[in-house]
Amino acid sequence: MSRVKEFNTENSTAGAETRECVLEIKDLRKSFGTNKVLNGFNMNLYQGESLVVMGKSGSGKSVMIKCVVGLMEADRGSIKILGKELTHLERAALDQLRAEIGFLFQGSALYDSMTVRENLEFPLRRHAARMKNDADTETLVLEALESVKLAHTVDLMPNELSGGMKRRVALARALILKPKIILYDEPTSGLDPITSKEIINLMQEVQQKYNTSSLIITHDVDCARVISDRMVLLVDGINYAEGNFKELSQSVDPKVRAFFK
Amino acid sequence: MGSFFDEVGDLSRFTARFFREGFRPPFEWSEFFKQCYNVGNRSLTLVGITGFIIGMVFTMQSRPTLIEFGAVSWMPSMVGLTIVREVGPVLTALICAGRIGSGIGAELGSMRVTEQIDAMEVSGTNPFKYLVVTRVMACIFMLPLLVFFGDALALYGSYLVENIKGDVSFQLYFNQVFDALAFGDLLPSTFKSFFFGLAIGVVGCYKGYNCSKGTAGVGVAANTAVVVSSLLLFILDFMAVMVTDIFYDL
Ligand SMILES: Nc1ncnc2c1ncn2[C@@H]1O[C@H](COP(=O)(O)OP(=O)(O)OP(=O)(O)O)[C@@H](O)[C@H]1O
Ligand SMILES: [Mg+2]
Repeated sequence: MSRVKEFNTENSTAGAETRECVLEIKDLRKSFGTNKVLNGFNMNLYQGESLVVMGKSGSGKSVMIKCVVGLMEADRGSIKILGKELTHLERAALDQLRAEIGFLFQGSALYDSMTVRENLEFPLRRHAARMKNDADTETLVLEALESVKLAHTVDLMPNELSGGMKRRVALARALILKPKIILYDEPTSGLDPITSKEIINLMQEVQQKYNTSSLIITHDVDCARVISDRMVLLVDGINYAEGNFKELSQSVDPKVRAFFK
Repeated sequence: MGSFFDEVGDLSRFTARFFREGFRPPFEWSEFFKQCYNVGNRSLTLVGITGFIIGMVFTMQSRPTLIEFGAVSWMPSMVGLTIVREVGPVLTALICAGRIGSGIGAELGSMRVTEQIDAMEVSGTNPFKYLVVTRVMACIFMLPLLVFFGDALALYGSYLVENIKGDVSFQLYFNQVFDALAFGDLLPSTFKSFFFGLAIGVVGCYKGYNCSKGTAGVGVAANTAVVVSSLLLFILDFMAVMVTDIFYDL
């Protein structure tokens, strides 16, 4: 397992080190029984950047991102979010940290027994530290829906929405707490090219409007080209190669080339 | 066989977790009331109709035998005791296992599969408290009420038959029923119902909460929830009868 040296973080993103590192993953390991999924994965996400993680289906991208928000416990390694080490956090502190993180799930994960409004209110009401009064909640909900251009759906149930609309509502729900970091688990999977493009545009708008840092998991090359400032390739459970889109797409390494065909 | 014991172990641990987290604040009151409504709403009609019919059928079928022995005047006491002690709680619980247990299994199962449970966790909610504790509590709380309701309709059905065939008045019938029933009958059967509720809620939640990925998993969760909780109901019933028996002997 040789890492591709020429795509080190140092020379591909000059100046990134001077920026604040909002998410730092070191030597992350996770296995399920004999199935070693992550095998010493390293990654840094800097303030304000869009980092794309690419990997084959089943390579452990979702596992990695779930470790980051504490939905799965890593076997070994350290995850530092906004300067706090995740593994030593109590539930209350973890929840407080989670309020700073937006998470867009692979399948939208809208609560299907609740209306769109209740879906968006849920994180607002739950993160007690940020509990607002009702008028505030209402404006925040509408503002978030407005930013994904779905204000008219506020009283619909999720099963009345199309797949693309669901994804946008889920995006609104991830944004509603104005998080510092947003994690996207395959934001465009299962969507047609045009809808994918809409979602990508929305993601870029969000990035500019709130100056968030984004970690985007995808295997959609077009999405990666448009949105990435920097990329990490997850192969065999490690960060196999890093660099910006252009550098990686011109690589001669066969395992890297396989992604860009 | 090994997997059977694994299952029993996991289920016990799940139940222990329910008791550990269930009595620690904060409580999700509004979700609890919503679930109570759901439990009642899903099963009230079915419990009522079944109870009513069972009461009637039971009376019609035992009538000839009792007449043969010249003991037909004992009908209200006999029906009252059987319904309240045994048939009411067990029948209601079985219906609820089919109706509520499978509903909870499927609902939580699909929430697990579509990552809604994960989404709750990320939104600063303890999904175990929000989803599991409220549902199990609702089952524990609602089952005795449903049993009362089922009992009442079964007795009413029995009274109707007696009234038509034997010309027994409402007053006489229910006087006899309540004469036969002692506090010692109501208490164990209510107590039993609480445990039935616990079993239905815990098994349904356990199956759904630990549902395996994929849509097939949801079906399996709903299905096994019914099978396991029905089985558990009979085991609990047997244990309850043994315990009450000891108390009668004292
Ligand atoms: N809860 C789990 N229990 C056991 N194995 C798991 C679990 N979750 C994931 N895995 C395994 O981990 C591996 C990586 O899964 P993961 O969902 O992270 O893939 P992925 O990279 O997100 O793929 P995709 O692009 O299809 O979403 C798979 O082999 C999967 O079988
Ligand atoms: Mg995935």
